[in-house]
Amino acid sequence: MTPFTIHSGIVAPLPRRDVDTDQIIPKQFLKRLGRTGFEDALFFDWRADGQGRLRPDFVLNDPRYAGASVLLAGANFGCGSSREHAVWALHDYGFRVVLAPSFADIFASNCVANGFLAARIDDAALTMLVARAEASPGYSVTVDLTARTVRDDGGVEVPFAVDDRSAQRLLEGLDDVALILRHDDAIRRFEAAHPR
Amino acid sequence: MASSPPRTLVDKLWDSHVVEPLDSGRDLIYIDLHLIHEVTTPQAFEGLRLAGRGVRRPDRTVATLDHNVSTGPRHLPLTDALAVAMLDALEKNCSTHGITLHGLDSPAQGIVHVIGPEQGLTQPGMTIVCGDSHTTTHGAFGALAFGIGTSEVEHVLATQCLILSRPKAMRVQLTGARAPGVSAKDLALAVVGELTCAGGTGYTIEFGGDAVRALSMEERMTLCNMSIEAGARSSLVAVDDTTIAYLEGRPQAPRGDAWATAVTKWRDCVSDPGATFDREVTIDAATVAPLVTWGTRPDMVASISARVPDPAAQASPAARASYEQALTYMGLEAGAAIDSITVDRVFIGSCTNARIEDLREAARVAKGHQVSPTVRALVVPGSQPVKRAAEAEGLHEVLMAAGFEWREPGCSMCLGMNDDVLQPGQRCASTSNRNFEGRQGRGGRTHLVSPAMAVAAAIHGRFTDIRDWQYR
Repeated sequence: MTPFTIHSGIVAPLPRRDVDTDQIIPKQFLKRLGRTGFEDALFFDWRADGQGRLRPDFVLNDPRYAGASVLLAGANFGCGSSREHAVWALHDYGFRVVLAPSFADIFASNCVANGFLAARIDDAALTMLVARAEASPGYSVTVDLTARTVRDDGGVEVPFAVDDRSAQRLLEGLDDVALILRHDDAIRRFEAAHPR
Repeated sequence: MASSPPRTLVDKLWDSHVVEPLDSGRDLIYIDLHLIHEVTTPQAFEGLRLAGRGVRRPDRTVATLDHNVSTGPRHLPLTDALAVAMLDALEKNCSTHGITLHGLDSPAQGIVHVIGPEQGLTQPGMTIVCGDSHTTTHGAFGALAFGIGTSEVEHVLATQCLILSRPKAMRVQLTGARAPGVSAKDLALAVVGELTCAGGTGYTIEFGGDAVRALSMEERMTLCNMSIEAGARSSLVAVDDTTIAYLEGRPQAPRGDAWATAVTKWRDCVSDPGATFDREVTIDAATVAPLVTWGTRPDMVASISARVPDPAAQASPAARASYEQALTYMGLEAGAAIDSITVDRVFIGSCTNARIEDLREAARVAKGHQVSPTVRALVVPGSQPVKRAAEAEGLHEVLMAAGFEWREPGCSMCLGMNDDVLQPGQRCASTSNRNFEGRQGRGGRTHLVSPAMAVAAAIHGRFTDIRDWQYR
């Protein structure tokens, strides 16, 4: 897994709360056997209408946010279905970071497993960053996992929260299976003590 | 000897599965049972293959086909090439790794959260995972059960373990006795409405109180099933006589001396008296009415006798915005009476409400009535054993005589990965668990209700208070 340390990119604001994973990637894209190529599936029903016409009012269709890689979202982002495809779709589209006041538990786990940063900012920071992104086309921020801050070129710097183990795993790009297998002796002992 | 401090059930379950404590407050947790299905596993098996790893414990892994199977007659060929490829992939992966699969020809096939308990695979004291958020269901047995993503599926296949941090403990007490016509589904919706859709994030909920103790195991499964809709990745009901009675004689339950040993152990799957919870919530079950969701989140719920809420009455701008978005999507006006809302489709099924007691209740309401000519209504049993039991009792005849379609088991219209989908603008009374935008089909409008309320809506063509029902 590629380590995540610092990322700079254009900000796309989606300040809606409780964005569920059915919206991030609808069911029809869950029939694929691979884990790549989901970029067109991201927010499929919000990006285009039933006839495939793009909805100009949706953030990803707004030229001000073309090439965005940092998503700003409302609280409880990624609630609902456990589908990891939601993270794959965000990643394949080009996002590397989601900043939101809170995340659903399974989504947060899925992010870490993919080296994707889901970082918690407070409501005031969300409001401020959304306002800046809307006011300045191409507004960019730098998300620094070591410092745990989001900053821009205009002197804005706000902290974000992420739990220590997620941060460590992202910074080192660790693969959980390899990590767990270091404890193989302990697993064997546990299995011997707990027969089926 | 000093007595150890009283522990919550979730702490007991956690402590008994720690393989090794790790840094940053995490633990390496052993997984007793891994349930898998076709949709969230192909990439995990591919990951194993690329890394040259095998499945550590195929004997602790059980598979079924449920998410995108057709609910049409099983002798007909499947026409969805993508679905066929997924089903074939799981069959091949199970065969390669020696994993038991309840495939389309199996007498035990069904929705993963229906068959685990039904087969007696789900047992108190276990840790259970599945690549599906409704794994919460199995917590009804006093098992720590939670949904995981595909990467974690791969971790469990390879190591039978996960690196996790201990959840906080919340106790939700449902006190008193529920009124006639109020089902476990209504209690579940009431809990979600009370906690909101993020209130349980970071917690394991333990359900307690007289109204929970009075529930059957199937009703407890309905309650636990929906805790994820309040954000709780897992939920629990303590073991009691009801739990033990349900398990006795199940195909995978222990027998003979092993049964007695297991029961003794299972009896300890309760929170100790005096154990402290991080959060306590009490809901008077006697005040819960039959409920209907009106919006696009499961916590947007109202009594059948209430009206669609007014966004303008919401205090925060964020709440106003989400209420307005929900009403626009749902095509509803603030202030409309819930029982004036008409429906086009009715779905009785899903891991929430497709067990035999749900189908009995559906048939009891439907008996002697006719589905409205403006409504198309489906009944999809949760598993082959549920379907056989219903047919042995003649429930299918009652339901079909009333105008319901009687289908083969699967997840079906809960998430619409097969042909069972809403058309844009169609409105559905559904016994499933999610009313998110497009969940049952693009542009479809979902209202979550109990099985009895779904049948009543099918017959009258609009939502109807089941407490006023004329049973025939």
